[in-house]
Amino acid sequence: MSDRIHVATRKGVFTLARGAGGWAIEHASMVGRHFTVVLSDARKGVTFAAEHHEHYGDKVHRSTDGGASWEEVGAPAFPEQPEGVTEKDSFGREWAWKVKLIWALETSGKDDDGLWCGTIPGGLFYSGDGGATWELNRSLWDQEGRKVWFGGGADLPGVHSVCVDPRDANVVRVGVSCGGVWQTDDGGETWACRADGMRAEYMPPEQAHDPGIQDPHHIEQSPSHPDVLWCQHHNGIFKSEDGSASWTEVTADAPSRFGFGVAVHPTNPDIAWFVPAVKDELRVPVDGKLVVTRTSDGGKTLDVLREGLPQEHAYDLVFRHALDVDASGDRLVFGSTTGGLWISEDGGDSWSTLSVSLPPVYGVRFA
Amino acid sequence: MVRVVFTQNIQRLVACPETEVTGATVREILDNVFVEIPAARSYVLDDQGHLRHHMVVFVAGRAIQDRIGLTDSVPENGEIHVMQALSGG
Repeated sequence: MSDRIHVATRKGVFTLARGAGGWAIEHASMVGRHFTVVLSDARKGVTFAAEHHEHYGDKVHRSTDGGASWEEVGAPAFPEQPEGVTEKDSFGREWAWKVKLIWALETSGKDDDGLWCGTIPGGLFYSGDGGATWELNRSLWDQEGRKVWFGGGADLPGVHSVCVDPRDANVVRVGVSCGGVWQTDDGGETWACRADGMRAEYMPPEQAHDPGIQDPHHIEQSPSHPDVLWCQHHNGIFKSEDGSASWTEVTADAPSRFGFGVAVHPTNPDIAWFVPAVKDELRVPVDGKLVVTRTSDGGKTLDVLREGLPQEHAYDLVFRHALDVDASGDRLVFGSTTGGLWISEDGGDSWSTLSVSLPPVYGVRFA
Repeated sequence: MVRVVFTQNIQRLVACPETEVTGATVREILDNVFVEIPAARSYVLDDQGHLRHHMVVFVAGRAIQDRIGLTDSVPENGEIHVMQALSGG
């Protein structure tokens, strides 16, 4: 059961702790600065936070004392772009090999200092030394299939989900918007696109099922049953039961099946949570009522959970890294674009407000 | 020698005190500065060694024109100012 939460926001990293009197903000760190994702590294009891700098380039920070203090570590950077190699976006505009945003941080899954980092414009980086230095995964970067990737919510594509298989850390699946799902079985030496069954309504009909241009907003892998993966996609909810070889759409009734975040129960692969918005053209809660949807039967049905959540004029949107479940499966936390932060300690049945006035929340993680 | 001054804003985040180095172009001058303060390099230059998109370097009151090669010349005893551009918010 986790008693600490780290929150990456538009204006700082906030750490909340659960004391005798309940949850409270314990640390407000690097206030005023923009953070995209946080990572709780249980191997070393270390926390990482990715900072987004429009001026100075994205940076990575590390805390070894539960969020009380932070130091800058290395940041991913592309190697020199070879002469004559040009990149063009889907509109024909040229762009250069430069990290524009850090969009994912995950551990290697091994008992070492390894870390994975996903970025916009789509580079996947690995650090073998706890973030001191980073290297671009050339195998994924050099994939012919990358040529059709394009930006989803950004000018350029990005890697936002990194799922390290708990059975074998050399098996890693990454989610790319918009570039589908890519899997390596050999620690990143070779990759294959594995998004069959996903559906892209934003494409001409004959391309809607092309795996290489899908927009899986976020992907989470079941820790207990790793062949099961859940995906909150731009066009709905998708589930795989064969380790990403194929995906089927969840068509259960719900206020909406559009959203960004997804969380999977740590020991029951049939339970997953989502925070819906109306649709891509209207990214606010349905009827101004903020709800969480939960399936407990593998996607056949979706329950609507609203106890303790605002049910009038709520315009919160929950981004892809802003929903998390702890290792017990009982505690969930999510944060929104309006600075709201809510916790459940009963699997989502009821929620308590932790804040309504944080800066816009971009990422949450239980420690 | 050329005087190099960094905006206060960068100095909140990484140590880059005012300094004097040799160099005839902005590239040479910044390369020499970042030998002394390597941590500041990635704040000013991007992955490809270009001036970051929302950074500006002023020489004699004028923004440099070559943001890729940084070949703008700097007079002996001159000074350059490294600042964040308001375009970045």
